Amino acid sequence: MNLKSPHLLGIEPLDAGEIALVLDTAESFAQISQREIKKVPTLRGKTVVNFFVEPSTRTRSSFEIAEKRLSADSLNFSTSTSSLVKGESLIDTAKNLEAMAPDFIVIRHSEPGAPHLLARVCRSSIVNAGDGAHEHPTQALLDAFTIRQRKGRLAGLRVAIIGDIAHSRVVRSNIHLLKKMGAEVVVAGPPTLLPLGLAGMGVTVTTSLDAALEGCDVVMMLRVQLERQKRGFFPSIREYFQLFGLTEERLRRAKSDAIVMHPGPINRGVEMASDVADGPASVILDQVTNGVAVRMAVLYLLAGGASHEALA
Amino acid sequence: MKLLLKGGRVVDPATKTDAVLDVLCEDGAIVKVAHDIPPGDAKVLAVKGLVVAPGFVDMHCHLREPGQEWKETIESGARAAAAGGFTAVACMPNTVPVNDERSVTEFIRARAREKACVRVYPIGAISKGLKGEELAEIGDLVAGGAVAVSDDGRPVVSGMLFRKVLEYASMFDIPVIDHCEDLDLSDGGVVNEGIVSTVLGLKGWNHTAEEVMVFRDLTLARETGGRVHIAHASTAGSVALVRDARARGVKATIEVTPHHFALTEEACRDFDTRSKMNPPLRTEADRRALLEGIADGTIDAIATDHAPHHSDEKSVEFSRAPFGIVGLETAVSLALDRLVASGLIGLPRLVELFSAGPSRILGLPGGRLAPGAPADITVLDTARTVVVDASAFRSKARNTPFDGWSLKGGPVATIVGGVLVHDVLTSRA
Repeated sequence: MNLKSPHLLGIEPLDAGEIALVLDTAESFAQISQREIKKVPTLRGKTVVNFFVEPSTRTRSSFEIAEKRLSADSLNFSTSTSSLVKGESLIDTAKNLEAMAPDFIVIRHSEPGAPHLLARVCRSSIVNAGDGAHEHPTQALLDAFTIRQRKGRLAGLRVAIIGDIAHSRVVRSNIHLLKKMGAEVVVAGPPTLLPLGLAGMGVTVTTSLDAALEGCDVVMMLRVQLERQKRGFFPSIREYFQLFGLTEERLRRAKSDAIVMHPGPINRGVEMASDVADGPASVILDQVTNGVAVRMAVLYLLAGGASHEALA
Repeated sequence: MKLLLKGGRVVDPATKTDAVLDVLCEDGAIVKVAHDIPPGDAKVLAVKGLVVAPGFVDMHCHLREPGQEWKETIESGARAAAAGGFTAVACMPNTVPVNDERSVTEFIRARAREKACVRVYPIGAISKGLKGEELAEIGDLVAGGAVAVSDDGRPVVSGMLFRKVLEYASMFDIPVIDHCEDLDLSDGGVVNEGIVSTVLGLKGWNHTAEEVMVFRDLTLARETGGRVHIAHASTAGSVALVRDARARGVKATIEVTPHHFALTEEACRDFDTRSKMNPPLRTEADRRALLEGIADGTIDAIATDHAPHHSDEKSVEFSRAPFGIVGLETAVSLALDRLVASGLIGLPRLVELFSAGPSRILGLPGGRLAPGAPADITVLDTARTVVVDASAFRSKARNTPFDGWSLKGGPVATIVGGVLVHDVLTSRA
C-alpha cells in the first residue's frame, strides 16, 4: 500500500487508510533517531529543496533533520535569498528549482494554495510545510502520532483545540485528520477568532474554555499572535489569558490523564501558564521529537515506499 | 442597404411582441416588423426557428484601453461582444489614464468608431482619478459621450461624496453606478466569507460589506432623488434591499452577472484563480435569491463585468491574483441555459434583462424592435448546444471558469446598424 498522490498538499485529500499508513510507517522511523548512528540510506541520491517563502525555524529544521537521517541531499532556499523579492513569479522560481532536478520540494508559504499551484506545474513531489491559514499536514500527522503514542488510538477520543482558530493552519489540518480518524473535536476561542461556517467542518464550536475542556482526552493549545490585539480581535493579552489561558486549575476539567499539546512556539503566560507547559500532562517536546519521524515517513512514502530493507 | 430577417420568432418585450414575423432594416434603422415582408432588393437572412431580439447591451464591461492593451483592446473587446450576441457595451472608466475627463471619453469613442464592430458607450468616473475625493467633470464627460458615471472597482468610501454625485448627476439624468463594497468590512477578503474561506484559510469578504453599502446608496438615493444603479449584486440581502427600496419609490436599479447566478463559492475550492472575482462568488442561498430577483422582476439587467486579465497575471497564488473573469462570450449562453432552458423565466424576460433593461437605465436608443429604432439585433438559437472553448475566444483573455461547459442555447448572429457583425448561421449544417 502507498499514498495515492505523489504530493502531500494537505490532510483533506487523504483518507483514513493513508493517514494510518503514514503513522504506522513513522513508528518504524522513530527508532532510527534513538540509534547511535542516526542515518539510513533510504533516500540516498534523492534531492530535497526546502523552499521556505515564509520564516520558519522549527518546521524547516525538522524537515532538514528528517532528510539528513534518510541520506537525502537537501538544499535550503528561503525568502532572504530568493528571487521572489525581485519580482519573479512563484511558478517561475519553482521551475528554476525544478530545472536542477530535485525529487521533492518542501514548501512553506504565506499564501493558501501556493503548494497546489506548484503541484500543477512541477514534476517533483510537493510537500506542504504550511500554506498560510490553510493546512500544515505534517504538523497534524505528528500531532496524531503523539496522541497515538500516549493514548494508543485516535478513534473515540475527545480533542479540544483552543485559541486563534481563524488564522491557524494547524487547526484545519488537525480537524480534517481527527474527524477522518473518528475522534470528536471541540474548538474554543473568542468569537472574533472563530471563522464563519466552522461547524460545517464537523466540529463543536464554543466560546467557553471550560466547556471545551470538560472530559477531554487531549488539549491542543494554539499560538496566539500578539499583533492580533492591534487588529481588534481581543482587547488585551491579559484578558485573553483570563478567558482562554490554560492553567493547572482549569485543566482539571479535562480527564485526569489528559495530555496537553502545542505546535510551538509557545507564548508562556498567553496561551498557557508555565506550570502546564512544563507539567506532567505536557507532550510538547515529544511533538517536536515525533516531527522528525513523521516527516521521514512522509518523504519515504512519497518517494514510492521503495523497500523496507532500508529500515533494517 | 437593406437586410431582411425572415421567418424568425420576434421577441420584443418593449413592444410586447412575441410572434413569427419578418424584420426589415434599411440604412441602419428598422423600417418594418410584419408578416411576410417581400424581400425586394434586401439581403435576406433566413432565421426560421431562431429568436430575433432587439440588440443585447452589456452595461458593465472593462475594455482596458487606453493603458492595458495586453489584457484587451476596444477592438478585441468589441469582437468578443459581437461574438457573444451584444450589439452595444458600456465600458468602465478604470483605464490608464482613468476616464475622468472628456478627452479620454472622446478617445474611447473615436477608437470605437475606428475599430469596434459594436457600439461602445463610455462610462465616466465619479471622482477624479477614482480617488473618491473630488467629483470629476461630469457635465463635460456627458457632453463628450459618457452615459453614466461610476468609480467601479474602487468603491466610493465617502458617504458625502456619494450623496454629492447623486445630486450632481441628476442634472444630466444619468445613473450613478456603484460597486458596493465597504472596504473596511471586506477587509482584503478574496473569497466569500463562509465555509469555503474557512476550509481554505483564505481571507473572507463578508456579504454584509456589500449590503451595508447598498443600504447607504439606497438611503442617499431616496434623500436626493438621484438615480443609483447597483452593479453586480451578489447577495440575497442586496436584492432584498433594492426590492424594498423600490417599493418605497426609490429610483434604484440593479444588475447581476451570469457568474453570480451560475456559480457559488464552491468553485474556489481548488484555489482556481479563474473563479476569483469581486464581489466574490457567494453561497447557494445567495445564488437562489438572485434567481428569484431575476424571476420576480427586481433585477433590471444582466451585465457581464467582463474583466480580461492576462494568464500571467492569473497564474499566481490565489490571494495575489487579480479579481475578475471574462464574460462577453459566455453570458448569453449561460443565461439561456440557466434561466430559460431551466424554465425559470421565458424568453421575453430574458430579452428585457439583456436589452430593454440596460437600454432604459443608460438612456440608449435601442432596446426595441420597432420602426425608427436602430437596426441593432441579436439572433439566438435556443436549441443549439454551445460548448465553451476559451481558446477560441475573440477576447484577448482566457480567464473564465466556464471553459468546457456545455450550455443549451446561444447567440448566432449579431447585427449592428443593419450590418451583420457576427454570424454563425452561414456555417450551420
